[in-house]
Amino acid sequence: MSSTPAYQLYPCGDHAITITWGNTITEEANQQVMALYHYLCDRKITGLLDLVPAYSSLTLVYDLAALIKKNPGRSVYGMMESQLQEAVGSVALDRDTVRNRVNIPVCYDLSLAPDLVALSEQHRISVEEVIQIHTSSTYRVYMIGFLPGFAYMGSVDERIRTARKTSPRTIVPAGSVGIAGEQTGIYPLDSPGGWQLVGQTPLRLFDVTRAAPCLLQPGDEVQFCPITLTEFYKLKEA
Amino acid sequence: MSIQVIKAGILDTVQDAGRYGYQQLGINPGGVMDRTAMRIANALVGNEAKAPVIEMHFPAAEILFEETMLVALSGADFSPRINGEAMPVHKPVCVRKGSLLTFGKQITGARTYFAVKGGWKADQWLQSYSTHLTVKAGGRTLGRTTRLFPQQAQPYGLLNQETLFEALPWQASVTGLYKEGSLRMIQGHEFDTLTQAAKETLFSSGFTISRDSNRMGYRLNGQPLQTVPTRELISTAVTRGTLQLLPDGQLIVLMADHQTTGGYPRVGHLISADMASLAQKNAGEQFSLSVVTVQEAENILLRQEMDLQQLQNACNFRLAQYLLGV
Repeated sequence: MSSTPAYQLYPCGDHAITITWGNTITEEANQQVMALYHYLCDRKITGLLDLVPAYSSLTLVYDLAALIKKNPGRSVYGMMESQLQEAVGSVALDRDTVRNRVNIPVCYDLSLAPDLVALSEQHRISVEEVIQIHTSSTYRVYMIGFLPGFAYMGSVDERIRTARKTSPRTIVPAGSVGIAGEQTGIYPLDSPGGWQLVGQTPLRLFDVTRAAPCLLQPGDEVQFCPITLTEFYKLKEA
Repeated sequence: MSIQVIKAGILDTVQDAGRYGYQQLGINPGGVMDRTAMRIANALVGNEAKAPVIEMHFPAAEILFEETMLVALSGADFSPRINGEAMPVHKPVCVRKGSLLTFGKQITGARTYFAVKGGWKADQWLQSYSTHLTVKAGGRTLGRTTRLFPQQAQPYGLLNQETLFEALPWQASVTGLYKEGSLRMIQGHEFDTLTQAAKETLFSSGFTISRDSNRMGYRLNGQPLQTVPTRELISTAVTRGTLQLLPDGQLIVLMADHQTTGGYPRVGHLISADMASLAQKNAGEQFSLSVVTVQEAENILLRQEMDLQQLQNACNFRLAQYLLGV
């Protein structure tokens, strides 16, 4: 028997149910989310359309129209609720599921890192130290959201945690690596954004022409590796 | 043979029932805004419910028929015309090769759905024909000179020598499928972040759909809603119909192209049965909210599904009979 930490279930609309382990960003809560996510991915739940893992919650989106027609007179929410409870009871939530380790080359050249100097000044450390700190930890992909392939990763070392910009940029180039509080992330597409930009990767985080369009998956472990500007442009053209 | 866009509309795209199975990667489901209209337009031409259709906003495209086709329009009424002659909506219509489809003015609704027998050919991306506007994949965005082809050969012999087009002699009755008056919601997980006064305001005062509304979401203008002091929320899933409370006290309803996750309080969720009605409302229109339980929301959808199924069956039956007689 696995221990089942306290959780809560609630409807997320009339066609979705969420299980949450609280309003917190912790590795433990996210491990439970990912363990349950992988468990449910391997099982065929009738009418299930989507599984949406987040920091400390997992949401099941289901085809309500199809399910009510098949089960008239029954509560579809109730059916999903009991299937979810059963799953939580049978999965080893404390076991971290297999994680891919992904190395991501990042160029911290100031021409690609518009917020790096201000950030180092704010924390009264050198630019080199900021880079050293950002590249010395591994980060967990807690969840993907905001944009296709946008990975929310943590946790950023306290010495370089920086709040979002008060006024977001109207355009952040794809590949930009940013910091927002204890989170770090990479913009997969050109988009507006308010994270503090400290570098850029030449890799394509999102590519519609690939069979698997997103480079990162929830639960992955990411390591940033510093590269020079020359290497950046060489990899970018590759 | 195909149709060709002679003059582009403001946002005309190919859509189907949406792209599911990828929200864990932040890829939103998309699909048609009004699923009821998609299903009716498809039923009228004898298609399966989720065949790809063209979703059009006003002003809509001008379209030249380069082949005789069996088509139908459902959803909004933009007073369609074939070479200047009124074309009925919610009816199967056979249009002659060389005819021009134009739209005069917006009479009702916000989006019209254009179906062809067999469904439109478009790009499939991750098992869906829906146009993903952000990543520019799947479906098709209609610009000037875009050609679209039906997936199937069109039935011959529907038109006699003289006519430009012929409406087949039945019409889908859609009025009962759209909700009049208030739209219904269930309470969201963060409903209780609203103050008592704000809860009363939510159900007693109306909301106006802002100009700043699109396929991602409808922003609503109303009396600002106050919250009790709460901790900042971490990101969690949101769904189609979710009513998020923005920091300025205004609401946004998430629509087809919604983000997969969000960090604003979810004070409610519009029920699935009322989403088509909202999708047909334009900026500037007003509506009020009322609350139901999850069980009631399911019951309401079941009744709507049964009505829709009956209508789809009737349309399919009439068309099959008609084609046999041709």
